[in-house]
Amino acid sequence: MSIGPAWYLSLAAVLFSLGAIGVLIRRNVLVMFMCIELMLNAANLTFVTFSRMLGDIGGQSLVFFVLVVAAAEVVVGLGVVVAIFRRRANTTADDLHGMKG
Amino acid sequence: MLHAAFLMPLFPLAGFVVLLAFGRRIGEPFAGWIGTAAIAGSFVSACVTLAGLAGRSSAARSLTCSVSCGTAAQPHAFFTWISVGGLHVKAAILLDPLSMTMCMFVTGVSMLIHLYSVGYMKGDRDFTKFFVYLNAFVFSMLVLVLANNLLVTFVGWEGVGVCSYWLVAFWFHRDSAASAGKKAFIYNRIGDVGFLLAMFLIFSKTGTLTYVSVFAHRHLLSGGGTATAAVLLLFLAATGKSAQIPLFNWLPDAMEGPTPVSALIHAATMVTAGVYLLCRVNPLLALSPDAMWVIAAIGGATAFVAATIACAQQDIKKALAFSTVSQIGYMVLAVGTGAYVAAIFLMVCHACYKGLLFLGAGSVIHGLEDEQDMQRMGGLRRVMPWTFVTFLTAWLALAAIPPFSGFWAKGDILTNVYGKSLPLYALGLLTAFFTAYYMSRVFFLTFTGRERWRETAPDGRPPHHSPHEAPWAMRAPLVILAFFAVFAGAVNLPWVHVGTLDTWLGPVFGSRLFAAHQSAGAQVGLALGDAVVAIAAVLVAWRLWRRSATRPALEPAFLRRVWYWDNVYDAAIGRPGQALARAYAVVVDARVIDGAVNGAARLVRSTATGVRRVQTGYVRNYVLGIALGMAAILAFMLSRTWWS
Amino acid sequence: MIAAIATPHIRILAILPEIVLLGGAILLLAVGSLVQRQLRARLATVCTLVISAAALGVSLWQWADVSGRGPFTAVDHAVVVDGFSAFVNVLVSCAIFLTALVADGYLRREDVVGPEMHVLAMVSASGAMIMGSANDLIVVFLGLEILSIALYVLAAFNHRRAASGEAALKYFILGSFSSAVFVYGIALVYGATGSSNLAQIAGFLSKNVLASDGLLLAGMSLLLVGFAFKVAAVPFHMWTPDVYQGAPSPVTGFMAAVAKAGAFAALLRVFVSTFGVLRTDWQPIIYALAIVTLLLGAFLAVVQRDVKRMLAYSSINHAGFVLLGLEAASGRGVSASLYYLFAYMFMVIGSFAVVTVVGRRGDAAHDIASYRGLARRQPLLALAFAVLLLAQAGAPFTTGLWAKLQVVLASVDHAIPLAVVAMVSAAVAAFFYLRVAVLMYSPAADVGTVPGVQAPAEDARPLGSGAARAAMATEGDRTKAETQSEPLVGIGAPEIPPTRPVWTGIERNVAVLNRLNASLLLDGDPVTLGPALGTAARDSGETLDVTAVRSAGPLKVPPLSAAAIGLCVAVTVVLGFWPGPLTSFAHHATLLFLP
Repeated sequence: MSIGPAWYLSLAAVLFSLGAIGVLIRRNVLVMFMCIELMLNAANLTFVTFSRMLGDIGGQSLVFFVLVVAAAEVVVGLGVVVAIFRRRANTTADDLHGMKG
Repeated sequence: MLHAAFLMPLFPLAGFVVLLAFGRRIGEPFAGWIGTAAIAGSFVSACVTLAGLAGRSSAARSLTCSVSCGTAAQPHAFFTWISVGGLHVKAAILLDPLSMTMCMFVTGVSMLIHLYSVGYMKGDRDFTKFFVYLNAFVFSMLVLVLANNLLVTFVGWEGVGVCSYWLVAFWFHRDSAASAGKKAFIYNRIGDVGFLLAMFLIFSKTGTLTYVSVFAHRHLLSGGGTATAAVLLLFLAATGKSAQIPLFNWLPDAMEGPTPVSALIHAATMVTAGVYLLCRVNPLLALSPDAMWVIAAIGGATAFVAATIACAQQDIKKALAFSTVSQIGYMVLAVGTGAYVAAIFLMVCHACYKGLLFLGAGSVIHGLEDEQDMQRMGGLRRVMPWTFVTFLTAWLALAAIPPFSGFWAKGDILTNVYGKSLPLYALGLLTAFFTAYYMSRVFFLTFTGRERWRETAPDGRPPHHSPHEAPWAMRAPLVILAFFAVFAGAVNLPWVHVGTLDTWLGPVFGSRLFAAHQSAGAQVGLALGDAVVAIAAVLVAWRLWRRSATRPALEPAFLRRVWYWDNVYDAAIGRPGQALARAYAVVVDARVIDGAVNGAARLVRSTATGVRRVQTGYVRNYVLGIALGMAAILAFMLSRTWWS
Repeated sequence: MIAAIATPHIRILAILPEIVLLGGAILLLAVGSLVQRQLRARLATVCTLVISAAALGVSLWQWADVSGRGPFTAVDHAVVVDGFSAFVNVLVSCAIFLTALVADGYLRREDVVGPEMHVLAMVSASGAMIMGSANDLIVVFLGLEILSIALYVLAAFNHRRAASGEAALKYFILGSFSSAVFVYGIALVYGATGSSNLAQIAGFLSKNVLASDGLLLAGMSLLLVGFAFKVAAVPFHMWTPDVYQGAPSPVTGFMAAVAKAGAFAALLRVFVSTFGVLRTDWQPIIYALAIVTLLLGAFLAVVQRDVKRMLAYSSINHAGFVLLGLEAASGRGVSASLYYLFAYMFMVIGSFAVVTVVGRRGDAAHDIASYRGLARRQPLLALAFAVLLLAQAGAPFTTGLWAKLQVVLASVDHAIPLAVVAMVSAAVAAFFYLRVAVLMYSPAADVGTVPGVQAPAEDARPLGSGAARAAMATEGDRTKAETQSEPLVGIGAPEIPPTRPVWTGIERNVAVLNRLNASLLLDGDPVTLGPALGTAARDSGETLDVTAVRSAGPLKVPPLSAAAIGLCVAVTVVLGFWPGPLTSFAHHATLLFLP
C-alpha cells in the first residue's frame, strides 16, 4: 500500500481541526499557542504535499515564510503572556474577561 | 465696461458681509452709510454697464457675461454651480436691455431708499441689522434679475423672499408684525411651488434651465398643453411674488414692516419680480395664447379689485399697498396683452412714484410719531412743505394726470389693451377712475382739511403736538424721486421713435411684442379719454374728501374687509387645515409615528441587550464565534459544489 | 562550480514606501537609544513625522509614476504597483502621520519614554502597505502578520493598564487563530490552482471553469475568514470591542484606520480581482456578512456606555458599509470602498484623538459621562468631536455622507435589500453618535436648573468644585453609592480607588439624562447604563464616573493632538463640501487597478 497525497492532506486536515478544537477547549494560554502552532504546521504540511503533487518548488518555499512568521508570533505572544501573568498566579485565558458586552 | 456688471451684485454682497461681521462694532449711523455706499457703488456700476451696453449695436446687446466678458459665444461662468447628470447650472450673468433696465431702477431706487432709511431708522434698536437685511435684499434682487438660468433666478427669488420675511417681521416683538411676516412667507411659498414645478417641467422637456437654451428649444414644449402648464405655473409664482389674485392678501399685511421696506421691497422692486419673470420668459408665453389670456384677465381683475379696496382704507400704508397691488395688476395685464415694454415702462415709473409715495407716507408717519391712521392726519401741508410738494407730484403721477409719468405709462398699457380686448380695456379704464379717486382721497385726507391730529382721537389717544418735517437724509430722496415721478414718462413718449424704451427693449421681445396699430387720431382719442377719466375722478374726490374725513357710506365693510377674501381663505383652507393638523397631531403623530419610533427604539435595545450577552469576554467564546462562522461559510460553499 | 543563483530584479520604487517606513523605524530605534532621555520623546515624534511625510511623498510619486506609465509588477511578480496600491500607501502614510501627532501627547502624559510606539506603528503601517500592494497570497500573509504582530505589541503598550494586557492577549490569540486559518486557506488555494501568485491564480481560473472545485472554494472560504477577522466583520468581530477598549487610545485609532484599510485593500484585490470569476460563489456570503455586520455593529453600539467600546462597535458598522462596496464587486464598488476607507481614516483617527485627550492621565475616563458638558469646558474640542461624530453618522457636508452615499449607490444597483439595511443601520447609528454630541452640549450640571435643589454657585466649572459638593452630599447618597458601585466596575475603573459620591442631586442628574434619552427616542430607562452594569448602577453611575474624571486631573489638549484633530476635521469638512478631488482620486485608483 502506498501512501498517496490524499493521506497527507487528510492528516493535515485532521491536524488543523485538532488545533482548532484545542484552541476552543483548552484554557491554558500556552497550550492554546501550541494548538495554533499545530494549525500552522498543518498548513505547512498541506503546502508541501501540494508542492509535491504539482511538482512545483514554490509551495515548499512558502513553508519557510510561514515558519518564520510563526516564530515571530510566538515571540510576541510569549512576551505578552509574560507581561500579563507576571503578577497573576495562573495562566488561563478564562481569567481575562474584564471587558465584555 | 461690461465688466462692471459683475460689480453690481458684488457691492451689496460685500456690504452685507461687512455689516454682518462688523455691523455691531460699526454701529449707528456709519453702518447705514456703509450700506448706502455699497448700493451707490452698485448703482455706479450699473450706470457704467449701461453705457457699455448702449454703446453696442442693438442686435448685440444680449449677452451671457462671464469673467472674460464679451465672448458671448463661449459663456463661461463664475463657476459651475451644479453639475448633476444632464443638469449643468453655471452661475453666469445674462445681460440684455431688459435686465439692464431692471438693474438701473433697482439700484437707483435702492440707493435712495437706503439713504432715506439712515434718517428713518435713526435710534432703532436694530439699526445695523436693518441694513444687513437691506443689502442682502439688494444682492438677492440683482441675482434674480441678472441670472442666466431659471435655477439661479430661483435662488434670487428665494433670497428676496426671505429678506422680505425678515424685514416684514423686523419688529417681531409685535405680534402683528411676526404674523404678517409668516403670512408673506407662506403666500410666497405657494407661488414658489409653482416656480419649482415649472422648472421641473421645463427641464424634463428641454433638458436645460438656461434661458437662452430653453428658448432655443422651446418647440419641445409646444403641444399637449405643456407650454400652457409651464407658463401658468410660472404665473402662479408671479402671483405669489407680485401679489396678484389669488395670492395678493399678504402684501397689505406686509406693511407691518418699516416704511422704507414697504417702499423698496413691497412697492418698487421685489413685488415687480413676478412681472419681470414673465417678461423674461416671454418666448414661452408666446407659445400659449390661452395662458396669456388668463394672465391678462387676472391682471385686469386684480387691478380692479385692489383699486376698489384701496378706496375704503383708513390706514395710509394699507391704502398705498392696495394701490401697489392694483398697479402691478396693470403690469400683469400688459404682460398678458403682450405689451411687455408698456409693462416695464409702468414698472419703472411706478417704482419712482410709488417709492416716493411710501417715503412721503413714511415722512408723515415719522413726523406724527408712528401714526398711520388717515383719520388722525389732515392739513399737514403747512407743517411738512417738502413732503407735501413731493407727495403732490407722486399723487398726480399715480392718478395719471398729464403730463406726469403715470399718464404716459398707463396710457401706453391701455392703448395696447384696447387693441387686444375691449372688455379688458373697459375694466382698465374703470380701474383708472378708481385709481385717481383713491389716490386723491389719500392725498386730501392727509394734507388738506382740518388738522385732526390736534384733536384727541375717538378711541382716546392723545393729540399730537409737534409734527415735524423730516431730516435732510429723508428729504433728499423725496426730491430726487419727485423729479423722476414727474419726468420718468419722458423715456417713452408715444410720438418719439428714437432712443426710447421701445427701441431699447424692442429687440428683447422682437416680434412677440404686441403691436397695437392705432392711428394717431385713435391714440390721441384714447389718451384724452384717460386724461378725462383721471381728472373727473380727482374732481369727484375733491368734492367728497377735501373737507370731510368720514363718509361711512363710501367705505362699505365689503371693501374695508378686502372683499372678505381673508375670511374665505380662513373658512375654506385655514380652519379645515387646522382641524386636520390637530387630528394628525393627536392620532397620527402621537400614536402611529411616535409609536413606530419608540417601538423601533425598543426593538433595537432589546435586540442589543440580548445579543450583547454573547459577548462574554471569554476569549474561547470568541474563538467559537470564529469557528462557527467559518463552519457556516464552508458549509455554504461546499453545498454549492455538491448541488452544482 | 556553483551555478549562479538568479535573483529577481527588484525595482526599488515598487517597495519604496515600505522601505522608507521600515528603514526609518529601524533608524529611529537605533538613534533613539543613543540620545539623551529628555530628547527622546521629541526626537521620536519629529522623526516619525518626517518619515511618514517622506513615505507620503514617495507614495504620491508612485501615484504619479503609475498614472503616467501604467501599473507594473515587481520583485518577481510578488508585488504590484498600481493606483490601488498607491492609494493605500497614501492612506496609510497619512494615518501614521496623524497617529504620530496624537501619540506624542499621549506618551508625554503617560510618561512613556522611548520611540517604541512610533517604531511599532511604522512597522505595522508598512505591513498594511504590503497588503495593499501584494500580488501573491503569501505576501498578503506576510503583510498581514507584519501588521498584526506589531499591533499585538501596541495593544499591550500601556502595561500599567490591566485592560491593555487583556486586549493584547485576546487580540493575539484570536489573531493567530485566524492567521492559521488564513494560511490553511492559502495552502488549499495553492493546491487547487497550482500557484499562490494572484495573477497566475486569476489566469488559471479564467482558463479552467471549475465552479465546483471544493478545494478551491474551501480555500477561498478560509481566506475570507482570515480577512473578515481583520476587518471585523460579524461574526468574526468579537475581538474588536475588547481590543479597541483596552488598547491605548491612539493605538485604537491607528488600528481602526490602518488595519481596516490594509485588510480591506487585500480583501478587495484578492476577491474582486483574482476571484472575480467566482463572484457568484462569494457574493452571497459577503451579502450575509454585510447585513449582520451593519446591524449588529449599530445595535450593539447603542447600548454601550464606554465611548471607546461604542466607537469599536461603530467601526464594525463602518466595516459593514465597506463590505457593501465589496459585495458590489464592480469598479464603482471598489472605488466607493476606497473612498470610504480614506474618509473613515480621518474620522476615526480624529475621534480617537479626542478620546485620547478626554481620557486624561491614565487613559481611563472613557465613560460617556466624561463627555457631559465638554462644550463648556473645551468648546473647540467638543465642536471637533461633534463634527467627527456627525461625519461618522453620515451628515451632509462631511466626507461621511459621500462615503455612505457612494457605497450605497454601488450596491443599490443589484442589492436593494442590502442598501436598505445599510440605511436602517445608519439611522440607528445616528442615535449613538448624536447622543454623545448632545451630551457634550448639555449642561455639565443641572443642579442649578432643577428647582428644589440648592445649587452651589460655581456651576461653570462643575468638575473642579468637589469640596463644596462633598460637603453637601447626604449620608444616604454616600452609602448607597458605596454599596452599589460594585457592578459598575468596568475595565476603566479598577485603578481608581473606591470613591465616595461628592455630587448632590444625583437622582436629578440621572433624571435629566433619562429625559435626554427619552427625547432621543429611547425610553426613560437609562439605556446608557445598560443591563450589564446592573440596574443598581442607575442611581450611582454618574457619581462614580464623575469622580473618576476628577481624579484624573484637568483636561489638557496638547498642541500636537490639537493639530491632528484639526487636520482630521478640516479634511472631513473641506472634502465634504468639495468632494471632487477625493472621489476622483478613489475613482482613478480603481481605474489603474491591475487585475
